[in-house]
Amino acid sequence: MIKGLKRFTEWLVHTQIWSSIFRQGWPDTERNRILTILNTCLFHLHPLKVRTHGLKVKYTFCLGGVSLFLFIVETITGVLLMFYYRPTVEYAYQDMKDLEFAVTFGLFLRNMHRWAAHGMVLTVILHMCRVFYTGSYKPPREYNWCIGVSLLVLTLLLSFTGYLLPWDQLAFWAVTVGTNMAKATPLMGAEGPFHILSEMSDMCFYLRGSVDISENTLLRFYVLHCIALPLAAVGLMGIHFWRVRKDGGISGPL
Amino acid sequence: MQERIDEEKPKEAASEIPKKPEKLLAFPHLVFKEFIALMLVSLVLIIISMVLNAPLEEIATPTKTPNPAKAPWYFVGLQEMLVYFDPWIAGVMIPILIIIGLMAIPFVDKNLKGVGIYCFRERKFAFVIFTIGIVAWFGLIIFGCYFRGPSWLLYLPWESWDIHKPVISKGTYILPLFVGLPAMIGYYILGMWLPILFARNFYKTLGSTSYFITMFFILSMFGFLGKIPLRFVFDIKYIIHTPWFSI
Repeated sequence: MIKGLKRFTEWLVHTQIWSSIFRQGWPDTERNRILTILNTCLFHLHPLKVRTHGLKVKYTFCLGGVSLFLFIVETITGVLLMFYYRPTVEYAYQDMKDLEFAVTFGLFLRNMHRWAAHGMVLTVILHMCRVFYTGSYKPPREYNWCIGVSLLVLTLLLSFTGYLLPWDQLAFWAVTVGTNMAKATPLMGAEGPFHILSEMSDMCFYLRGSVDISENTLLRFYVLHCIALPLAAVGLMGIHFWRVRKDGGISGPL
Repeated sequence: MQERIDEEKPKEAASEIPKKPEKLLAFPHLVFKEFIALMLVSLVLIIISMVLNAPLEEIATPTKTPNPAKAPWYFVGLQEMLVYFDPWIAGVMIPILIIIGLMAIPFVDKNLKGVGIYCFRERKFAFVIFTIGIVAWFGLIIFGCYFRGPSWLLYLPWESWDIHKPVISKGTYILPLFVGLPAMIGYYILGMWLPILFARNFYKTLGSTSYFITMFFILSMFGFLGKIPLRFVFDIKYIIHTPWFSI
């Protein structure tokens, strides 16, 4: 049985299709394992070798990786949701109902998008705590910590912009409460201290695209949620992961 | 030939002191763990998504304000601060200061010890301050989510929101400017001066720039949190009150 399996593997890894996809042999030798990391696009972010202490689940709790994974889940479920959602006052709520009752697995899709989003906010905050408590922000990793803080802010903004899209009472009023704060910005808010701008041109107006929350707000939040913020997050994530490698890998005792 | 080499190998290994390898190959040691974590998270996520439905209330009606209108949970801490501060502090200054403060941490923390381990002993100060911040942040969120009902009044989690509750004072006393302003300035000056006097080492190791930045953020954090007991115990509405802004 095992012999048969071995023969099958031997045959498989020598087929033209296999060797065209994977640029190295079966990873059962040290050489091939190193090549797996070096040659595979998905794995090339990893260092060849990792310090043993960083491998312990108790050290990282996989929080950064889980955050990235949840972001990928959000992207996939988000793209699928975009097929069924129109960001207009007329259709937005109707499409929510359709997702629940008419679309196959629509409710499951929306649930997954929602819970993964909450999960991601939590794991990103916990990841920050992990990095702090292990002193992993200390030189030479100061800059990467700042990128991490920016990513936390982006995560919160992504979650907040997505909150409005269902266009139900919960969404509408939560975003009303949230964006009302912008009115109080010193100088640049219509009701803030030393305000110089009117209600028609202050921070809150630019956030909402109108004085009150309206179709303009919905469109703005939709575009921010689906395009601008995810792109920014992906860009910063690229730098974040690259810097982890460049700054000497995951932090270890010096 | 092959056999010979095999025979010699154990001898060599025995002559060296057996040492735990410092580094392991990312494949399979790291990649497999990542894969397991990924599978577990997927499993949990799929189960939760099948069991719990995402909330969907009735369609948005601008004329019908729900009471209370709560922000998403991660902003409820800021909304809770609205009880104690005007919106320009609770909604604008506090988040900005938190973001800048977090980014400042690696530049003002001159203690290079405790990297790569969970270690309290070598960095007590940073540990305590950060923990206070995180606990306060989540404390405010939990309080705002579970202990606030209609009109942002105090309701215990198991209490019905139909019960009539007396209105909680939003603070009655406004300190006159000649008391409030010196009190506030005094708080910051004393807060920055006393450690220089009594914890000279702390000041020296940080250097003056880092020291004053650190102390500004720490004093601000305790100042923001400190207004909560000031409100509950002394019923103070504003410490500084001017026609333009109030704190």
